[in-house]
Amino acid sequence: MINLSRRRLIVSGLAATAGASGLAVAARLAQKHGLISPDHGGIYGIGETLTYASQRLLTRHSLAREFPRSGISPRPFPNELAPLTEEFKRVQAGGFADWRLSVDGMVHQPGSFSMADLRSYPSRSHITEIACEEGWSYIAEWTGVPLSHVLQLVGVQPQARYVVYVSMEPDTWDSIDMADALHPQTLLCYGMNGSDLPVPHGGPLRMRLPRQVGYKNKKFITHLTVTDNLKRFGKGLGCVDAEYGYAWYAGI
Amino acid sequence: MATSGSAQLPAEAFSSAASSLAVTKVAPRHSALVRVTHWITTFCFFALLVTGIEIAISHPRFYWGETGTVLTKPLFQLPIPSSRRLVPTGYGYVLPDQNGWSRALHFESAWVAVLTGLLYVISGLFTGHFRRHLLPSTADFSWRAVLTSFAKPFRLERPSAAEASSYNVLQRLTYLFVIFVLFPLVIWSGLDMSLAFASAFPWSVTLLGGRQSARTIHFFVSLALVLFLFVHVAMVCLAGFWSRTGAMITGRIGTRKEHT
Repeated sequence: MINLSRRRLIVSGLAATAGASGLAVAARLAQKHGLISPDHGGIYGIGETLTYASQRLLTRHSLAREFPRSGISPRPFPNELAPLTEEFKRVQAGGFADWRLSVDGMVHQPGSFSMADLRSYPSRSHITEIACEEGWSYIAEWTGVPLSHVLQLVGVQPQARYVVYVSMEPDTWDSIDMADALHPQTLLCYGMNGSDLPVPHGGPLRMRLPRQVGYKNKKFITHLTVTDNLKRFGKGLGCVDAEYGYAWYAGI
Repeated sequence: MATSGSAQLPAEAFSSAASSLAVTKVAPRHSALVRVTHWITTFCFFALLVTGIEIAISHPRFYWGETGTVLTKPLFQLPIPSSRRLVPTGYGYVLPDQNGWSRALHFESAWVAVLTGLLYVISGLFTGHFRRHLLPSTADFSWRAVLTSFAKPFRLERPSAAEASSYNVLQRLTYLFVIFVLFPLVIWSGLDMSLAFASAFPWSVTLLGGRQSARTIHFFVSLALVLFLFVHVAMVCLAGFWSRTGAMITGRIGTRKEHT
């Protein structure tokens, strides 16, 4: 401290000013380009934002690894499931003929689709790994209609930034940004390993995002809302899991 | 303690005081950048360790290859209870789920640790820190030098005065191994567990033998880092905890001895 020369003081002062303004500019740019996650508040917000922003910049168009058929895990593990609701059991008894996926929000033409409708659209299959945040993972072939196709049918308005998806399970909803919603591997998944998606794995309809961990791949999807602002959903953190301390963005 | 040490070895204590005085005037034992990055890394390491353990508890089974679930035979399983009901542990209870904040703090500390590490490595290359302080000289590679540096701590022998201002060959090699092998490997294997990272750099997962192999490597490299931490702290204690820790905080070493 005694040796603090004038030159050193000026240099450190300039460096600190440059650093602070650099951070401010970075924050403005991140905000402008949608690189700030909805759950960016709190002590972990900086880490969340760094992860989300850097992975968005690095992986906006990258494709999840796909595996050969020989890589498919012989015994896919369905994680613990909450008891099925009466409403679910009723629709299940009817072979899911009454299952509807409704779409609203910032779209030109809100719609409602039956499972038969969804199956009639061009399908896509990929053999990808699903990985739980706990650490385990398995590989399966997932079949469904790309979410981008359904969004195209309803016509997304240009200012839309997120797609909120709601499960038939009580208090279960989530959201993704447009980069993930329009990603070619993002599926409204109804098939697994060549047959119908089993109920323990989220059948009849599951959100399948191979670039995010298991808990973002919500089961029993019944509703989509396209929006430019997640503030009015739940506590405004982008998903119900964030209300329990889990990150909204889970590409890591 | 310092008084009795110098009473037993007056000559050495004198030379130590003289050399450290000279060292203090010319340059501190550790530069400010080394000291600051050392303590930020220490702080992050503890956060990463605690949260890493918490995350491992949710699935204390490890596999080799690409995939692995409770339906697969594990490479090994830690004999600890789990925070998930469906993991067969042999314990009759399930621990509370702490993964939410653990993951958030793990990744946030990883960011701080990696950025700090980058600053340390880049500045270390520019200032010649690695070349001058950590790269062993060719003379150091004699069997005698290596064996002596290895045997000394086992005889609980305090390091010589010269070693207060410099590192012996074993220390140099260990630090270089930790900085340039263990840390890069723990970062690499950690990043490979990120599905989005793997989508951008699929070859990096393939090189480690698959996602579950990366997780297992992450576990073992973390274990090696914890082992390094234990040995590091033990050596600091052997050399004089307050003198060495003080040197890493203030940059000066052995000031207490000078007054005796």
